[in-house]
Amino acid sequence: MLKILKYSYYDLIRSRWSYVYFLFYLALGFVLLFLNNDLSKAVITLMNVIIVLVPLIGTIFGVMYFYNSKEFTELLLAQPLKRSSIFLGQYFGVAGSLTLSLILGLGIPFTLYGLFKSNAIWDFSLLLATGAFLTLIFTALAFNIAISNENRIKGFGYAVLLWLFLAVVYDGLFLMSLIVFEEYPLDSYSLLATMLNPIDLSRTLILLKLDISALLGYTGAVFKQFFGTDAGLMVSVAMLSMWTVLPLWRLAYKSKHKDF
Amino acid sequence: MILIENLHKKFGKNEVLSGVDLEIKGGGIFAILGPNGSGKTTLIKSILGMVIPNKGAILVDGKSIRKNWKYRQHIDYLPQIANFPGNLRVKELIRMIQDLRQKPSEADQLIGFFDLKPFLDKKLGTLSGGTKQKVNIVLTFMFDSPLIILDEPTNGLDPASLLRLKELILVEKNKGKTFLITSHIMQFVEEMADEIVYLLEGKIYFRGTKEALMARTGQSDFEHAIAAIATTPADA
Repeated sequence: MLKILKYSYYDLIRSRWSYVYFLFYLALGFVLLFLNNDLSKAVITLMNVIIVLVPLIGTIFGVMYFYNSKEFTELLLAQPLKRSSIFLGQYFGVAGSLTLSLILGLGIPFTLYGLFKSNAIWDFSLLLATGAFLTLIFTALAFNIAISNENRIKGFGYAVLLWLFLAVVYDGLFLMSLIVFEEYPLDSYSLLATMLNPIDLSRTLILLKLDISALLGYTGAVFKQFFGTDAGLMVSVAMLSMWTVLPLWRLAYKSKHKDF
Repeated sequence: MILIENLHKKFGKNEVLSGVDLEIKGGGIFAILGPNGSGKTTLIKSILGMVIPNKGAILVDGKSIRKNWKYRQHIDYLPQIANFPGNLRVKELIRMIQDLRQKPSEADQLIGFFDLKPFLDKKLGTLSGGTKQKVNIVLTFMFDSPLIILDEPTNGLDPASLLRLKELILVEKNKGKTFLITSHIMQFVEEMADEIVYLLEGKIYFRGTKEALMARTGQSDFEHAIAAIATTPADA
């Protein structure tokens, strides 16, 4: 698996898109720091960008890479390699290079600005960790969609719909359900609903850490009340890990039963 | 060497293989023939584990290939359509496959044999169809494996390269290797094959030597014999 990872990674590093993604974050980091002039404030602004954009990039990149590397995959399938290691290797190649672009792209401007001397370092690290998680999760979901759909257009469509649903529609539905059922106790329902969406979960996780009650919202407040800050962090990290592992498990399973 | 028992494969509603039984003992060139869509490529891909059969068993060297991947270490495969990752260089691709296989290889010798030296630093996406096929052949033949599977090996080759390919196949055959070859070029099959396996509607319709085939169809010409076999009753 490590060898496949290496070659997928090299292949991606050489493609223009990794650089575009890296330069975008680099520019974003510098601009935010320039405009906010304050590390903690920049972290909050950045959060809003990351929790929407990272899933989108992960999804699209994942689907694109999977379909584009069809020939490469077929070449590998005839070699003495385990199927799951071919696909997991490719997956970690994509997710790894995306995560690296994110961490370097944002890390460089923040470090130059004096991150290590400020007390925003933990908030910032958490932000990057969440970004990495979201990349892993959405690339895995994208690979799942791509392996189940031979038709590229369909696969691409489903992937974008999935992102749209989790990033936008889900919140709307959730909010509406809260209004409709406002007469009932909704604590455990909203806890569950938050955990079932990795984007909401990430947002709550970061806000819990930043300890900004004003931005926490109803769900965040319930979360905090229910778990407290520390346990809340642990639970959300555990859930994010679940969100990563389950799609990967399905990917490995699907890859064993597919014809090429 | 290869034992196939009651192999069935469906793609959706389309039944491609419906009960193939085949035993291939080591040594010699076996041509797998049949009309378009008769299941030749599916059969080959099943042996390679790329297609997963619905029913039946495949044994390579006495071991079932189900949930097994190490046996592919002893198989070289030339795929039908040589599509490679486009932004890799020829040299890098060869090195990558060598790295993945971890076996001694004769790449340099073959590169010289097929005049591929000037293309080593070119990207695979920019190569012509014939050159890609030559790269494909180098990748297939550079390892020393007892079983070699070739799916339409003559595709896109110029006459000189075709002669070299035939020479190469004969050299390897004389070392006692087994070849499975599919081709639509009957001249090539007639010249190379020791035995014919004819697939029709997902079953093995005929198996035997060229002489047996001609005797059965009553044709004196190999190409006509192949064309006639599908209409000849099985017990004739």
